[in-house]
Amino acid sequence: MRKILEVRNLSKIYGKGCPRCIESTGPEADTNMCPHCGSVVAIHDVSFDLHEGEILGLMGESGSGKSTVVKNLYFDQTPTSGEARFFDEAGTQDMFHLNAAQQRRLRNQRFGMVYQNPHLGLNFGISSGGNIAERLLMNDVSHYGEIRERAKELLSRTEVLLSRMDESPGNFSGGMQQRVQIAKALATNPPLLYLDEVTTGLDLSVQARILDLILEIQQERNTAMIVVTHDLGVIRLLTGRALVMKYGRVIESGLTDQILEDPQHAYTQRLVASAL
Amino acid sequence: MSAGYNFGFLDEHAKKEVRRAILKAISIPGYQVPYSSREMPMGRGFGTGGLQITLSLIGANDTLKVIDQGSDDSVNAVNLRQFIEMTCPGIDTTTRLSEATLIQSRHRIPETPLKPEQVLVLQVPYPDPLVVVEPSEDKRKIMHGEADYARLLVKLYEDIVKFDEITISHRYPTRINDHYVIDPSPIPRWDVPKLDNSPALILFGAGREKKIYAVPPHTKGEPLAFEDVPFRVEDFRDAQGKRRACARCGATDTFLDEFMNEDGSKRYQCSDSDYCDETLEADMMTEATTHA
Repeated sequence: MRKILEVRNLSKIYGKGCPRCIESTGPEADTNMCPHCGSVVAIHDVSFDLHEGEILGLMGESGSGKSTVVKNLYFDQTPTSGEARFFDEAGTQDMFHLNAAQQRRLRNQRFGMVYQNPHLGLNFGISSGGNIAERLLMNDVSHYGEIRERAKELLSRTEVLLSRMDESPGNFSGGMQQRVQIAKALATNPPLLYLDEVTTGLDLSVQARILDLILEIQQERNTAMIVVTHDLGVIRLLTGRALVMKYGRVIESGLTDQILEDPQHAYTQRLVASAL
Repeated sequence: MSAGYNFGFLDEHAKKEVRRAILKAISIPGYQVPYSSREMPMGRGFGTGGLQITLSLIGANDTLKVIDQGSDDSVNAVNLRQFIEMTCPGIDTTTRLSEATLIQSRHRIPETPLKPEQVLVLQVPYPDPLVVVEPSEDKRKIMHGEADYARLLVKLYEDIVKFDEITISHRYPTRINDHYVIDPSPIPRWDVPKLDNSPALILFGAGREKKIYAVPPHTKGEPLAFEDVPFRVEDFRDAQGKRRACARCGATDTFLDEFMNEDGSKRYQCSDSDYCDETLEADMMTEATTHA
C-alpha cells in the first residue's frame, strides 16, 4: 500500500509556552495546561502514517486534542512544531513549508473536510448546488453545464434529493446537511478526507446511514480518511487503525480491534469498559 | 478667477501623492492602491475620487470633458466642471470627446472609441468587487493576492440557477491582465468590453473608500463568465425582437436611456449626449449636401 500522509512530532501550544510546558502536562500530570506559564499544550509529539484507502481513527475525550490534529493538517491552524508530508501523485509536499497559496491549493483540491457543525463547512447563504460549485470553481472548472452535472452526480451519490439542490442547506435536516457537506468534500475527488465528529448529534438511524455512506465512498474511491470521534461504535465500524489521545498525547495506537478488545493503557481500558 | 486656491485646489504634496498612487496602479493593473483621499469641498460619494485624480493630472494645456451618466449637462457634471474651471485657471473645457485630453466620467465610457493620447477617469463608489461575498477587508486583500475569486463565480452560478442568466446590470466584475478582478464602477455591461485592450489609459478613483486603480492601455480586461454561458451586453430589443433606435439621432448601436413620455409611453434616447449630437450634426450635413 502506498503511503499518503506522514505526520511526525506534531505539536500545538496555545499561549507563549515555557521550557517546562512539556514535562508538566500530559496524562501523567493529569492536565494539558502548564502550571508555570498557563499555556495549553493542545497536542504534543503526535506521529503517525496513513496509507491509501485506509481509515485511521482518532479517539479520546473532549479536549484531548484530536480535533486539533485534523485542524492543523487541514491548515485551519498552524502547528507550533512538527512535520507533515503529503505523498501526492505529482510528488511529495512538505505541508508546513508551503506558502499560503500552495496550502490553499492543497486544501481545495487534494483534501476534503467534513465538520461536526455544518455551518463551518457549508455556506448557508447559497444553494446546496452552489456550495459544491464553489469547490469546483476554486479548481478552475469554468463550464456551467459541467459544474451542474458534477453537483447533481455528487448530491445523488450522497442521497440528497436532486429536486432540492437549489435550496439553501439551511432548509435541510441535520443529516441532510451532513450529506451535502460530504458531497462538497468529495467534489474534487480528493485522496484524503478529514471527518471531524461527523455523526455526533444525529439520531441513530441517520448516523448508521451516514456511516454506511462513508464506508461505501472509501470502497469506491479508495479515499484515505482520518476520523475524529469520541464514539467507540464509530471507531469500531469505520477504522482499521486508531490512536487513543489524552491531554494532547497519543497514549496508545494500533489496530482498532486490538485496542478495543485488549486495551493496554489504563485510560483506554476505562474508556472501553465504560462504553461496552 | 483663481479664488485664491492653488492650481487644482489640492496642494502640490497632495497631488504628488495621488500621482504616485496612480503610477503604482498602472504598474499593477487592477490592484487597488490605497491613498489618503483629501477632504474636498463636496460630500464623499459625489465623485471626490475621480475629482482628485483629475485635479492631480490636469495641466494648463489640457482640455477637459466631464460626463455624468453619459451627459455633459447633468448636475454632477456641471458642478464638477465649474469647480475645475474655477480652481484650474487656463485650462479648456469641452463637451466634444474628440477635443478632450482628459475625461472625467460618472458611470459611462463614451461610445466613440478613445484615443491613445486621452485619459479617462471614472468615479467609483465601491472599489472592491469582493465586498458582496466577504465583509472583512483583511480577508479580501488575501483573496485578491491569491486571485481567489471562486466565491464571485458562485454568485454568477446562483444567478443562472435562479434566473437562467447573469443578472448583474452594472459594476460587472472584470478580470484585468489575468489576475486582479476589479469593480469597473457602475458602468453598464454595454461599456465593459471597452475596458479590454483600450488604447487610452483608464483610471478609477474611489474617494470615500480611498482607493485608486487602473486599466493601463492595451491591457486584457475580461468579464467573469462561464465557458458555456458567455458574457452578454444589453441588446435593447423590443417585444418584436427589433433593435430599438435612438429617438433623436436614430442610432441603433448605442447604449439607450429609457424615458417616460407624458402619455405613459416609453421613449429611448442615446445615453451619450455628445455622441448623439455629433450623429445628428453629421446627418444634417449630409442632408444639406444632398439638397444643394
